Amino acid sequence: MEQLKTIGRELAMGSQGGFGQSKEFLDLVKSIGEARSKAEEDRIVLSEIDTLKRKLLEPDIPKRKMKEYIIRLVYIEMLGHDASFGYIHAVKMTHDDSLLLKRTGYLAVTLFLNEDHDLIILIVNTIQKDLRSDNYLVVCAALNAICRLINEETIPAVLPQVVELLNHGKEAVRKKAIMALHRFHRKSPSSVSHLISNFRKRLCDNDPGVMGATLCPLFDLVSEDVSSYKDLVSSFVSILKQVTERKLPKSYDYHQMPAPFIQIKLLKILALLGSGDKSASEIMYMVLGDLFRKCDSSTNIGNAILYECIRCISCIIPSPKLLEAAADAISKFLKSDSHNLKYMGIDGLGRLIKISPDIAEQHQLAVIDCLEDPDDTLKRKTFELLYKMTKSSNVEVIVDRMIDYMISINDNHYKTEIASRCVELAEQFAPSNQWFIQIMNKVFEHAGDLVNVKVAHNLMRLIAEGFGEEDDDADSKLRLSAVESYLQIISEPKLPSLFLQVISWVLGEYGTADGKYSASYITGKLCDVADAYSSDETVKGYAVSALMKIYAFEIASGRKVDVLPECQSLIEELLASHSTDLQQRAYELQALLSLDARAVESILPLDASCEDIEVDKDLSFLNGYIQQAIESGAQPYISERERSGMLETTDYHSQDHHEVPSHALRFEAYERPKPASVPTQASTELVPVPEPSYYREAHQPISTSSVSERESSDIKLRLDGVKQKWGRPSYQSSTSASSTPPQAANGTSSHPDVGVGSSSLKPRSSYESKKPEIDPEKQRLAASLFGGSSSSRSDRKSSSGGHKPAKGTANKPPKENPIPVQPPPDLLDFGEPTATSVTATDPFKELEGLMDSSSQDGGSTDVMGLYSDAAPVTTTTSVDSLLSELSDSSKGNPGIYQSQTSKGLNSKEALEKDALVRQMGVNPTSQNPTLFKDLLG
Amino acid sequence: MIKAVMMINTQGKPRLSKFYDFMTVEKQQELIRGVFSELCSRPENVSNFLEIDSLFGPDSRLVYKHYATLYFVLVFDASENELAMLDLIQVLVETLDKCFSNVCELDIVFNYSKMHTVLDEIVFGGQVLETNSTEVMKAVEEISKLEAASNAISLVPKSVSGWRGR
Repeated sequence: MEQLKTIGRELAMGSQGGFGQSKEFLDLVKSIGEARSKAEEDRIVLSEIDTLKRKLLEPDIPKRKMKEYIIRLVYIEMLGHDASFGYIHAVKMTHDDSLLLKRTGYLAVTLFLNEDHDLIILIVNTIQKDLRSDNYLVVCAALNAICRLINEETIPAVLPQVVELLNHGKEAVRKKAIMALHRFHRKSPSSVSHLISNFRKRLCDNDPGVMGATLCPLFDLVSEDVSSYKDLVSSFVSILKQVTERKLPKSYDYHQMPAPFIQIKLLKILALLGSGDKSASEIMYMVLGDLFRKCDSSTNIGNAILYECIRCISCIIPSPKLLEAAADAISKFLKSDSHNLKYMGIDGLGRLIKISPDIAEQHQLAVIDCLEDPDDTLKRKTFELLYKMTKSSNVEVIVDRMIDYMISINDNHYKTEIASRCVELAEQFAPSNQWFIQIMNKVFEHAGDLVNVKVAHNLMRLIAEGFGEEDDDADSKLRLSAVESYLQIISEPKLPSLFLQVISWVLGEYGTADGKYSASYITGKLCDVADAYSSDETVKGYAVSALMKIYAFEIASGRKVDVLPECQSLIEELLASHSTDLQQRAYELQALLSLDARAVESILPLDASCEDIEVDKDLSFLNGYIQQAIESGAQPYISERERSGMLETTDYHSQDHHEVPSHALRFEAYERPKPASVPTQASTELVPVPEPSYYREAHQPISTSSVSERESSDIKLRLDGVKQKWGRPSYQSSTSASSTPPQAANGTSSHPDVGVGSSSLKPRSSYESKKPEIDPEKQRLAASLFGGSSSSRSDRKSSSGGHKPAKGTANKPPKENPIPVQPPPDLLDFGEPTATSVTATDPFKELEGLMDSSSQDGGSTDVMGLYSDAAPVTTTTSVDSLLSELSDSSKGNPGIYQSQTSKGLNSKEALEKDALVRQMGVNPTSQNPTLFKDLLG
Repeated sequence: MIKAVMMINTQGKPRLSKFYDFMTVEKQQELIRGVFSELCSRPENVSNFLEIDSLFGPDSRLVYKHYATLYFVLVFDASENELAMLDLIQVLVETLDKCFSNVCELDIVFNYSKMHTVLDEIVFGGQVLETNSTEVMKAVEEISKLEAASNAISLVPKSVSGWRGR
């Protein structure tokens, strides 16, 4: 029965006229369709290629046969095989007079050739002829081909005819001509820049289809330069109004919607034009309101227009009424069962949230549903939304979620993206250093090979510098917690290289700093790392340097150093390493071990990673030595630049006579090649160096050998020892190379690593530029993360209240996050400690007692509790509350300070607090949506 | 702008592919394979959208629709509306349905050049040209008529089904 049906279908096809194919082709298609494996398919296609190669060589192939061969070629190429042997036949076919053959030819060449292909030159002439054809179908075929085959160089050849076609009688031709022009504009805006007025003119075309086609290029033009199209706002609005009022012919309706694609394009253009422009936006209010009322949300296309309206409203300066309408539409999308609409709803929410941040609150349940959805697209869109609405109060929940998802996926591309987002959010909103390090550890552990090296460097810098606060105690606590977490992670198998580098560096720098861990313990761990990742030289290098630092600290502090046997063997192994870098480090380590304490201390002082190292670039300490050498008869040094600069002057003058435009053919004899340099640096006082002139003579005969090579002769490139390459491109590239200033070339101006101050400022400033209106709350948090003002910590304190640790935050609705004190006026002053933090020094001392008592209350000083998910809530409480107390006190808020000192003394109260935290510290990954209130606040 | 149109069957064989920017044959194959592996890992009853930056560069999206044995795929950039693109697939399928009355995969395979004709009337150089399937059909029929007239030789073999009967 099935077979009968197919036969019937084939019969029907045969009767369709013009599109039927021969038996051979059908056979081919069928056998490929039935192929069981890729290998079988390849075999069939290869034999087909052989057949076609043979047949194409036959003389006098009938045209209809030829047409079929071409189609078979196209088919083969779609299956991924090379059909280039037949391209020329396709090109020939475009010359044919028969419309069928011509169209087939054009189809084949548009699929085969790219715009820079050599064969295009053979088609341009045909296209020109066809554009002038009386038959509009031929014209259309040619226009179709233009879109794919014409490049920047060939545009002028067809441009006049295409412009003429803008006034063609048939609207189909006008439409396609506009689109072809649009294509030209995309390829080379300069080539059609004088024709842009034509697009405006065609906007008033009698045919709505042509008008609709004009919107595509106008959209591009407007997005490039909004200001020069402001005058069209009212035209666009009136067009949109007419479309929605069904003034267009019925044939433009689609599923009862009047010309929906035109409406969508118009809304996109209006969104661009109304962005940040109040008066332009006001013109649109009416029609947008109408659209919300008229759009049929039961059809797909109706929803497409609704979504476009939401998007438009999120771009322009909206009226409150429109915002309300948009919010309604979004809630309809989110409540829908269709995943597509949910996706659009989440997207719309993400756009609107910038304007009215509280809109998300009413949709929190829907958002969480989307986050749990099996649909990956929807999930990612939701993460994008969360990313947009992250703030200090919900960062912990959001980043936790993101990391869970990051761990669960395999798609490296997206993993990279989400990892970098986690890092960005953590950097912007981290509530505490410990949390930040914990998050970074997770990111590195699961996506270490995908994150940017800079992230690792930032982390190291953060650990080294602390948070820039004048609080060494907190810094050393931070370091200790980092060291502890790394010691725990380090024994896990297969850590990413980048993470190991960070670990090794931190262990080397701070592993023994607190005296909690012995040097032999840390060095043992480092040797394990070097051993386990023996193929990774970078990690090994970091490990050896870390070893060196630890031994240096030991020696400097006067302790006796016992080099572990495994460390000894590691050093011995590396002394013979193939990598010179590792070898050098090993020798340095060996040399260091034999030095006395004083010498070692000046080589590697303790905790000096943040000190600036001054480099004497001029090597002035050698001046005495040089003086001595010159006095004893040595030649003064002439820099290479000066030497060649000298040469340059001589040649520069000789070259002046025949200064010829570079593109024209030059017929004089070759010039001698000479070393690369920049003429302007010439100095005439120097002794010429004889060597290059000798070289010049040697090459003279070669360079005069051919006139046609004249152009390629490179007047500025040093060619000795280099194989000479002739031809125009090398000439051009060499001139551009020689035009770069010498400083850039010799690398002296290359900048050292970004400074400390700028690193702390950078993330913040980029953040500010992205979202123009940040509330002071966020600003303060960002500040607390990346620099000075200690008062910012208070924010965290207030948002989390007494319910520490981190996860407890989720219980508190956002509205209960009052900021108890006004922000200090010099918030943005990152460089120096703020006045408030200066006053804070006194309370610090008083708090020392408190610190002890609170940690006793906690029952343990083990900060590692932070890193195990399970329980030790109490310990974190002590640390966190300490931190927040410190910040509070530093802010000089007497009330809180008082209560805390009393609390610190009152162990009963602290115990109560512990109990409360135990109650509240529920894991927010549970299904309970109320936990996410914070997330949506 | 629309970057590519693809029709891939459920076994991953491309039935029609058109890229509006030039791609080498190898690149095309790679993209088709990449798209297919993304598509077949999608569960039933989820959205028809995919963000496909990894294959087509930043900000590219993909809309697909699954009909019987075929995936219809559109790849486009931020200047298009996802839902509208979904309807464009609908337009394409509706037109094909009118063209071949009750279209199926076989029609698409055996009418390769006609498929391209239809597609060219809907999407032109990466922009949406026409969304009314009746209008598209009119244009396609006009082309076929003129082609037939311009070509005296009959291109239709007398019996197409003969090969089946062997």
